[in-house]
Amino acid sequence: MARRELQEINAGSMADIAFLLLIFWLVTTTIDSDEGIKRQLPPPVPPDIDVPQAKEQNVFNVKVNFLDQLLVEGEPLDLDQLKDKAKNFLIATGDGVMSHQLGSKTIGRNREVEMVTGSNGKTNASFPERLWVRKAEVKQRIAEYEQFVAAADTDKKKDAFGKVLDSWREKLRTIELLGGDYKELPPSALISMQNDNNTTYNTYLQVQNELQSAVNELRDEMSLEKFGMTYGQMEDAYDRNTEDTKMLEKITAVRSVYPQRISEAEPRDASANYY
Amino acid sequence: MGKFRKGGKRDMGAISTASLPDIVFMLLFFFMVATVLRTEEEKVRVIRPEASELYRIEKKHLIRYVNIGPPMDRRYGTEPVVQLNDQFSSSTAVQDWIAKERLTLAEAEQSKMWVSLKVDQDTKMGVVTEVKQELRKASALKVLYSASSRKRTGEE
Repeated sequence: MARRELQEINAGSMADIAFLLLIFWLVTTTIDSDEGIKRQLPPPVPPDIDVPQAKEQNVFNVKVNFLDQLLVEGEPLDLDQLKDKAKNFLIATGDGVMSHQLGSKTIGRNREVEMVTGSNGKTNASFPERLWVRKAEVKQRIAEYEQFVAAADTDKKKDAFGKVLDSWREKLRTIELLGGDYKELPPSALISMQNDNNTTYNTYLQVQNELQSAVNELRDEMSLEKFGMTYGQMEDAYDRNTEDTKMLEKITAVRSVYPQRISEAEPRDASANYY
Repeated sequence: MGKFRKGGKRDMGAISTASLPDIVFMLLFFFMVATVLRTEEEKVRVIRPEASELYRIEKKHLIRYVNIGPPMDRRYGTEPVVQLNDQFSSSTAVQDWIAKERLTLAEAEQSKMWVSLKVDQDTKMGVVTEVKQELRKASALKVLYSASSRKRTGEE
């Protein structure tokens, strides 16, 4: 046979083959997305310590039973109403006014809220009483604690006073950022969730999600109003650039008005929860 | 044999390098795929619930996974079991496992470890609570309840 000239292999289809392979990988592999609801578990409690009980009105109780039914503040409730109920709890001020003044604006004035008259004659007695954080008072406290820190003779005292001082300074920054005095939730106010051992996980997570949603929506509402971006966007921006102290201050401001206090009750013996 | 001719009279056609980039790309893709998607074998069936308030962890190397669900292989029964790394385990082993996994992280990052709970949506809370209690005892307090995303309730 006659020896033929070596022909160059046509490589034009190489790219197609590579793309084919790439597409094959894309289709066949599922990328695990690491998304979820984040929670901080409480540190373990030694068995001999009594956890102090918060005032009844300061706790928003959510119980889920073994049939996945909800009992919210002692009343049965549908899951899709939970968010509004939780929001009510977070924006209530205890004296019947379901809104709070932020600078010149009133947030949450036109909410539809079911008023409850308590035994003490107050409307919404079942809600926690938000307390005023006023600029003059905060400034006075800061001055006081600055003196305490200066006068402290041991490092331990200095640290302790310094921490209190920092928290008051934070409040002052919050007032400045929000453009006025604000009302804060009492420290003991929290949303408490308790579930049964036979609750399905899906229901549990939906309840967690709704509660989180209540906090997030209120935060979004406020941060959109004040800073022009949602709370999630602010957190993302801060995550990307942790040097951004301005952003952190804004986040702290929103957090101090709407703190996230979703706690899970210590698990109890299931039989005790069959209501 | 005369296969090797010395002092060739013909010059060989130059080998085309046009396909070289493609080959390199293929290699690149291979490595991308092989490294990022190396996940442990799933031994339990997990259908994640849907939720709207999701948080995404950027630093994936800080995450450790606990899977809870019915075994893929029916021979192991239908009751939900706990899977740690590649094997079936139980909630009692969680503390030791956490301690071991902590050591795989750099010292500065050990306190930043996340535990992602991938739990099947039909699981009863009993198992999950047990695991959570063990996590608390092991001081692994940062937890992520893994979920797929959906819209907020009440939003169109």
